[in-house]
Amino acid sequence: MNRTGRTAALLLSPTFLVLTLVVGYPLVAALRESLFRSGDELDESGFIVSGERFVGLDNYAGALGGSAERFWNAFANTTLFTGTTVAAEVVIGTAMAVVMHRAMRGRGLVRASILVPWAIPTAVAGLLWRWIFQADGVANSLLGADLLWTADGWPAKFAVIIADTWKTAPFVGLLVLAGLQLISADVYEAARLDGANAWQQFWRVTLPLVKPALLVAVLFRLLDALRMFDLPFVLVGAQKGSVETLSMLAWDEANQVRYGPAAAYAVILFLYVAAVAFVFVKLLGADLLGDRRARRREVPS
Amino acid sequence: MRKAAIAALVTSALVTTACGSGADDPAEGGSDGRGPITFATLKDGTGTVPELVERWNSEHPDQKVSIVELPEDADGQRQKLVQQAQTKSGAYDVVTIDLPWNAEFAARRWITELPREQFDVDGLFQAPLRGSEYRGKLYSIPHFTGSAMLYYREDLLNKAGVQPPTTWEEMRAACEKVLALPEAKDASCYAGQFDKYEGLTVNFSEAVASAGGQVTDEQGNPRLDTPEAKAGLEFLVDGFRDGTMPTEAITYKEEEGRRAFQQGKLIFHRNWAYIYALMNATDGSSGVAGKFDVTVIPGKDGPGVSSLGGNNLAVSSFSAKQATARDFIAYLTALETQLEHARGSAYPMTRTEVYSDPGLREQYPYLTVLKEGTENARPRPSLVRYGDASTVIQENVYAALNGDKTVDAALSAMQQGLTEIAKES
Repeated sequence: MNRTGRTAALLLSPTFLVLTLVVGYPLVAALRESLFRSGDELDESGFIVSGERFVGLDNYAGALGGSAERFWNAFANTTLFTGTTVAAEVVIGTAMAVVMHRAMRGRGLVRASILVPWAIPTAVAGLLWRWIFQADGVANSLLGADLLWTADGWPAKFAVIIADTWKTAPFVGLLVLAGLQLISADVYEAARLDGANAWQQFWRVTLPLVKPALLVAVLFRLLDALRMFDLPFVLVGAQKGSVETLSMLAWDEANQVRYGPAAAYAVILFLYVAAVAFVFVKLLGADLLGDRRARRREVPS
Repeated sequence: MRKAAIAALVTSALVTTACGSGADDPAEGGSDGRGPITFATLKDGTGTVPELVERWNSEHPDQKVSIVELPEDADGQRQKLVQQAQTKSGAYDVVTIDLPWNAEFAARRWITELPREQFDVDGLFQAPLRGSEYRGKLYSIPHFTGSAMLYYREDLLNKAGVQPPTTWEEMRAACEKVLALPEAKDASCYAGQFDKYEGLTVNFSEAVASAGGQVTDEQGNPRLDTPEAKAGLEFLVDGFRDGTMPTEAITYKEEEGRRAFQQGKLIFHRNWAYIYALMNATDGSSGVAGKFDVTVIPGKDGPGVSSLGGNNLAVSSFSAKQATARDFIAYLTALETQLEHARGSAYPMTRTEVYSDPGLREQYPYLTVLKEGTENARPRPSLVRYGDASTVIQENVYAALNGDKTVDAALSAMQQGLTEIAKES
């Protein structure tokens, strides 16, 4: 037993080494950086005093105290964007998957065209939507309105939510489609024989069976949306309170060469993402990470 | 590899001297080093800079210059330069910086002090040259400059029988007459750049200066508690309130404003020189080709005072070949080179004599206006924490334009914010 344990450890060690290098090191480095501060003092001849000094939790205190208003605003934006876009993407993405799954003429074309937004780089999508949302753009002429979508105000929030949903609903659709294709046709046949109508089939058969795939998609999207940066940055712009997310806050600090506070924001964001992922897995997806497979293996034995 | 080793050596030498051990010769080989260098610059669509570099290379075969393009937007450009400096990389020898970054880059010892006598500084515009100094010492050389100009619809002004304005009041009066014309019924009077970005800081500083005030004085202390500063901000705020400026101008950067003017939506527009050629394009992209002209921006009681735009050239502290780097900057900013540069591309040069060249005057009809604007222009606040200062300004001016803050509240918030920043830098 001990011997197999040692062999297992030996065989796994390359994996652990790689994980330590690519996950562990940046994390520890960011944590360390967030406890230091540098380059904010001038000496008599006007040069910035080089070197870092240890400031303990000052950077965190600054984030949650001195610039609390900006921080909580960014926190609220991040949460709002995550909540609304993921919800909209699940509904629209599932609908897309159902359409893509249908055996019909031109299915290949439909699938390809639904996936186009996902294939476009986010920064490019941001620019495209910026044109759509500019004062004399398509959005305003379609709506017959004079909204200033890219100014700092509530329309900007909508602009970001709409653009992000457009961009990533296909991703949810793709994962759900994969789930749909695993459902055997027999189940539907049985449901039809029992007299279930289309809606009942979807609600009672499709949805429960596609749930594992859907949960993976939602988890991915949650983690992704919490890090949102490029879309609001390109579409609306930096330092606009109505769309500023935690990532943008960290970027802004780093751009002013204040790596300590930037790292502090990044660590807070990391903790937030970790907490959301943990709660999500605990509440909804207990069998998300392979427990189910383990259970399945136990049943036959 | 060897280059890296040399760079590391030089860097360590620099760092030890920076730390005050003092015993080492500063930047051994670095400050007098010669050899092939790298020039980090902005993309030049006209291909003029590569030509000028080519000529240098043929004259200096053992000190060849290779060009590295920096990202096009200022944020990306800054990020790239900061990264290089943070890693103390000698990859760039000559760097292109935005004028307002001069103080910060100098204070962080990312760029080196330059000897005045090598660069014939007397022929340069004085305002950008002052902006290139930090605590009385020269750290970079203005390469391109630029002041704002007031673009106006010459055709409509003529039709309404009004002269180009020199004051804000005259501009409003001119608009009243022009907007009564049937051709101008969907137009608005005036717009600059009022989106929340660096351009807002520029437009605000300009309004304050044009009312006779200043955002910060020579020592970097804010002066926003003055009646002049108030008049400046009021010009912008009232403009939005009374419809002199269109509501959507709050989303205008340079390009949005240009499009609006091109589509005939504006009578007057404040912008840089680069849009002149674009708006005169006769390929159908511009609706105002041949119908507009430029003049000096208006002010409260007379011609306005522009903020300075522009790029500077500096020598990276981490370069191992600083002597070559300095020579190359001297070459690139020499009158001869600038004249040739101006013939090839419309970038506004930094030597006053370029503006008197008859050939160029014919090529760029706006040169007289541009020269006058640049001579009176004022550099943006020279602060080590310029980025933070600009954020404070943008935050408050934007709130005032939106009506979220009163003019007085915005000004006192800025005064307080900038005082703190000036104290720390």
